[in-house]
Amino acid sequence: AVMTGMTLFPALAIADEGAVNDAIKSMVGEVPAEGGVSLDLPEIAENGNTVPLSFEIDAPMGDDVHVTDVMILADGNPSPDVAVFHFTPMSGKAAGSTRLRLAGTQNVIAVAQLSDGSAMMGKKQVKVTIGGCGG
Amino acid sequence: MGLRRAAAQQTLTQDDLLRFDPLGQVTLLHVTDVHAQLMPIYFREPSVNLGVGEVEGKPPHITGADFLARFDIPKDSPECYALTNVDFTALARTYGRVGGLDRLATLVNAIRAERPGNTLFLDGGDTWQGSYTSLQTNGADMVKAFNALKTDAMTAHWEFTYGQDRVMEILDGELDFPFLCGNVLDTMWEEPVFESTRMFERGGVQVAVIGQAFPYTPIANPSHLIPEWSFGIRPDTVQEHVDNARANGAEVVVLLSHNGFDVDRKLASLVDGIDVILTGHTHDALPREVKVGKTLLIASGSHGKFLSRLDLEVKGGAVTDYRYRLIPVFSDVITPDPDMAKVIADLRAPYEAECTRVLGQTDDLLYRRGNFNGSFDDLICQALLAERDAEIALSPGFRWGATLLPGQDITVDDVYSMTSITYPNAYRQTMSGEMLKTIMEDVADNIFNEDPFYQQGGDMVRVGGMGYAIDIHKPMGQRISDMTLLSTGEPIDPTRDYVVAGWASVNEGTEGPPIYDVVSNYIEKQGTVSVPENSSIKIKA
Amino acid sequence: MATIRPRVKAPRKAAPGDVVEIKTLINHGMESGQRKDKDGNPIPRQIINKFVAEFNGTEFFSVDLAPAISANPYLSFYAKVQESGEFTFRWHDDDGSVYEDSKSIEVA
Ligand SMILES: [Mn+2]
Ligand SMILES: [Mn+2]
Repeated sequence: AVMTGMTLFPALAIADEGAVNDAIKSMVGEVPAEGGVSLDLPEIAENGNTVPLSFEIDAPMGDDVHVTDVMILADGNPSPDVAVFHFTPMSGKAAGSTRLRLAGTQNVIAVAQLSDGSAMMGKKQVKVTIGGCGG
Repeated sequence: MGLRRAAAQQTLTQDDLLRFDPLGQVTLLHVTDVHAQLMPIYFREPSVNLGVGEVEGKPPHITGADFLARFDIPKDSPECYALTNVDFTALARTYGRVGGLDRLATLVNAIRAERPGNTLFLDGGDTWQGSYTSLQTNGADMVKAFNALKTDAMTAHWEFTYGQDRVMEILDGELDFPFLCGNVLDTMWEEPVFESTRMFERGGVQVAVIGQAFPYTPIANPSHLIPEWSFGIRPDTVQEHVDNARANGAEVVVLLSHNGFDVDRKLASLVDGIDVILTGHTHDALPREVKVGKTLLIASGSHGKFLSRLDLEVKGGAVTDYRYRLIPVFSDVITPDPDMAKVIADLRAPYEAECTRVLGQTDDLLYRRGNFNGSFDDLICQALLAERDAEIALSPGFRWGATLLPGQDITVDDVYSMTSITYPNAYRQTMSGEMLKTIMEDVADNIFNEDPFYQQGGDMVRVGGMGYAIDIHKPMGQRISDMTLLSTGEPIDPTRDYVVAGWASVNEGTEGPPIYDVVSNYIEKQGTVSVPENSSIKIKA
Repeated sequence: MATIRPRVKAPRKAAPGDVVEIKTLINHGMESGQRKDKDGNPIPRQIINKFVAEFNGTEFFSVDLAPAISANPYLSFYAKVQESGEFTFRWHDDDGSVYEDSKSIEVA
């Protein structure tokens, strides 16, 4: 049930909402309403050092209107920055995946910027737990 | 035995258990969470099984008298004995043991004979772990037993605790049927490790069976045993498998799942096109299906105590009618299948003398299942405190382990039924009061988080030497209070270090004697064990 | 220290207009700059900070990476292909090193 030599304290990481909102505003002006972003992360991380993330933006990727950037943020890490993906119409699809470090239970946020100035956002909580005690 | 058998047979016969008015073209048979119980046992259903949020008060979060009322089950009836904890000891003396794979074989074979070409027999996993012989043979005994039952497919959870190499070795040559785990990806390229779906033709109907392994295996169990495999619920992936199955002509789609009941209930609301979810992991036994939209959820209990039979009528590529029965496997009224009895005897022969060695006796009912400390857990905690000279004991909230009646012998089989794992070392270390609180809160959130996708499906960590209060409706970090060191009656001091003994650490390299030796030694020293009712945990539900 | 070697999985063939998935991995410690050594001295940051993908010489996708990206960074993404050609992938290290890999694809 319980680890020995436990190094990880999975208490809720303190969300720095200010830093997250500043990062979003510097990219897209205002914090968008949630929607249009399918953000896939495990509900409970198997390993906080490598948490798989994938996203797909529900938007066209044509020459006129397309997704240009997707910023990934983690609101409970020492710094919220995770990555910024840059797309072109040749990407075909505004989707991608990577793996990130999470210092504790927190929200992961994806913000998409479109070429027409609009923006979209998705959010998901990931729990980082001690583990043990399965049925 | 003779008297007990007679008592059980006065009220029940094998024909009663098999009675079923067949329907349609497809008969699904399901067992799950057998936990390596080859032989008949006693198994007491929980008296405490709390649900939070949307599932509060809904099956399976109903126990005891409420359960009887909800399902119109008469008190003292065979169903009352099988499905609840009500009058458990008395009814166990009347109706006898449950399970035993030779009895299960009799039922499965009888149904197959009645419905040749229509029957699909599926195993929900947690099959290879849970006994002395399964541990000694690294699961080979159960693989052979389920081959002999002519199982059509399985999924998995505790199977993975034999490690990645052993699982692959079993799949490469020992297992005769598909091992379906559509939600397991390799950690490097995130590509499927196992087959997800198998199509079966039964009664002229194409039935797709999709396997869903326990999503939190690398969290609930040591990830170092399966370093290259990643799990997860992955609803989008399940939807893809369902869509592929339909595209390939499936008329019936079955999810053979080890998600746990509440996770499956939520998954059923997110994924379109699943006809039946055969649930597992949380060990719930429900006498009726639960319907979510068009999806039927079936909960077949654990330890070989029940066999589920679900008949489906299929017309125009869709399920148009169904009939369900949860069949209790009452060992004393079922004639053992002779071939299966021989398989079991042969598997046990090399270990029989050790397995049946008597370590002591119990004065009290010994059980585990329930959200908080069961009496066998209290016994394990007693053993840890005494044998490891600790102030506080922690024991995992596993849901498996057979029940012992007052006055019964405690054998090696019985100890392994409660402790048989591949990472058994009983550690002894100091932990601060603050760390103990962190652990208790973390585990509590894994059970009582309002969103089932954030639950792990075990029960609360068992504690010895320490009392506490829990308010299950509070958020993470605020559920646990009044932690008290029982030896002094003083509150747990966040800054003080306590000597803690426990087992089943998910960390690699944990040191200490194996828990089954710790418990066996303790019982042998005691001779007769008694476990007073645990009054040191206060529950606010 | 192990040689840093990028790895890429991409389809060898596609039809014109297909959107193909590309998966990449590179073995790299992604030292975050937030850890300390045994003596308590900060370990300097050294990460892959940028990834760039080109097709026939045209950049079509890139990622800026922060220290929160896990060791051995993994990236997957898509490309819409109209003609045969070559993908080139570049990983930029904080120390100025650039690691490169390429894959050709036949589009017909
Ligand atoms: Mn189980
Ligand atoms: Mn399980």
